[in-house]
Amino acid sequence: MASLSGPIAQDAGANAAGRGAADRPTMVDIRGVSKHYYGRDTGDGRAPARIVALDNVSATIARGEFISLLGPSGCGKTTLLRIAAGLTQWAEGSIAIDGRLVDGPRKDACMVFQHFGLLPWRSVIANVGFPLELDGVPDAQRRERGMELLKLVGLEKYASHFPHELSGGMQQRVAIARALMRRPQVLFMDEPFGALDAQTRERLQEDFLKIWSSTGTTVLFVTHSIDEALVLSDRIFVFTPSPGRLKTIVDSPLAAERLNGDPRSHRAYGESRNELRSMLMESAQ
Amino acid sequence: MNSPTLASRQAAAQPARPTPASVKWWTARPNLIRTISLAAFLLLWEYLGRKIDPLFLAPPSRIFDAAVELTASGELGAALVATLHPFLIGMAISIVGGIVLGIAMAQSRLVEYILDPFVNAFYAIPRIALVPLIMLWAGLDTTGKVVILVSNAIFPVIINTYSGIRDVRGSIIEVGTAYGATRSQIFFKIVLPSAVPFIMTGIRLTVGQAIIGVIVAEFFTAQTGLGGMIVYYANLFATAKLFVPIIVIGIMGVVLTELVQVIERRFSRWRQLEQNRG
Repeated sequence: MASLSGPIAQDAGANAAGRGAADRPTMVDIRGVSKHYYGRDTGDGRAPARIVALDNVSATIARGEFISLLGPSGCGKTTLLRIAAGLTQWAEGSIAIDGRLVDGPRKDACMVFQHFGLLPWRSVIANVGFPLELDGVPDAQRRERGMELLKLVGLEKYASHFPHELSGGMQQRVAIARALMRRPQVLFMDEPFGALDAQTRERLQEDFLKIWSSTGTTVLFVTHSIDEALVLSDRIFVFTPSPGRLKTIVDSPLAAERLNGDPRSHRAYGESRNELRSMLMESAQ
Repeated sequence: MNSPTLASRQAAAQPARPTPASVKWWTARPNLIRTISLAAFLLLWEYLGRKIDPLFLAPPSRIFDAAVELTASGELGAALVATLHPFLIGMAISIVGGIVLGIAMAQSRLVEYILDPFVNAFYAIPRIALVPLIMLWAGLDTTGKVVILVSNAIFPVIINTYSGIRDVRGSIIEVGTAYGATRSQIFFKIVLPSAVPFIMTGIRLTVGQAIIGVIVAEFFTAQTGLGGMIVYYANLFATAKLFVPIIVIGIMGVVLTELVQVIERRFSRWRQLEQNRG
């Protein structure tokens, strides 16, 4: 924990529940999660290198919290997200969502992918209906719920379009609508706005915050953008690479401002931004 | 005969654009140019056909007369039916069998290892070399024609289905996994639909193979169908009548390929859109 002196820095373990969330029930409980893999066998008689992707990560996330997992590539933030989403095996520790241990993908926790993951042969409405189609929900009901969510993301006019007729930002809106179809407790988002241009990205951040606040879903949001983490989250989990560790948990000073007005113009924005940047630069050597 | 011209395929692939003034007038009228080209060719043929010994070349006017005569006598119609009947049965078997085998090979390593020596060997041997053997086993009639056709036409379907399913991106399968799809849901809702454009291409490519298969079979039996008619009139040196079944086969190839291409485009629209975006 070297040289973290600013007002926003906290020790990762000491205040895991977060300030504003202390009174809310736990939604995601991460306990001592580790993952490692072995490098290529070099054939010179030595054991292959053991690479620690995640080293003993623990944290709890309250119901309805917006958490960013921030860090440079290779720091294990995406690995942690994928473990929580049941898409990757891990070595030690446990994750419970809503009191139930994660042992694979589950229907109360949905994923938004960086490259949208839409099925290109399906229309927008059929893409949005996909999760409920898997659950055997009748077509009319899927449509009704799908149109509701397309309205929420502002794309109700594009229901019969195909993904490749839409811009990247619109495609990700469709993917967000799809992820909300099952009314999930938790949304996992893997750099969802990373593939978009700066302006589209800001628009989507703004709109997604509104959606989040109206649905009350718990969000785990992977990003390598300090700005994005600050503007969106209640708390920011700062990761450092090799080995992948949860170094610090930071309360975003903009949590109160983000929904009304421009959080980037707030005084605390620049200050926190610099502090987070120096924290990340230090680990990037 | 089994594929449209390069020019028309390019025209199909690109949406119409407004023509700037610098573009030559004829780029906007491809069909006019095609018609003129065909007409010039037919005129030249007519001219040469009248000069050359009718044993070698018949002019279009005499071929037309022969076509009218063969149609009126019912001979052409009967030959067409005799060819189309095994053709349709063989195409159905090639499509269904090819898709099933392609899927089985792509989904199961065991099936792949069991079948791929045969598929590769069969694909490498010119299938025409097997025709006498097949006829020995399956006879000269419909069964023989169907077996020869299938031995020719099933491979493009198998191979395209196989590569279509193998080509499915892992990231798109993961979408199914992340949403808790079962194995069969992943197959029927993600893997198979994403392979459909490949499968349709395989079917289009196989139309030509199927026509070759059935005509070759009829050459060997030399009794029925359009292929039989060609051999029969060639032996009689009746050149005008000989051209009639050849032209009918050509038309059949073009019509069937166009038909499959329309269906193919309908099913592959999303892929086209995907590629146009780069």
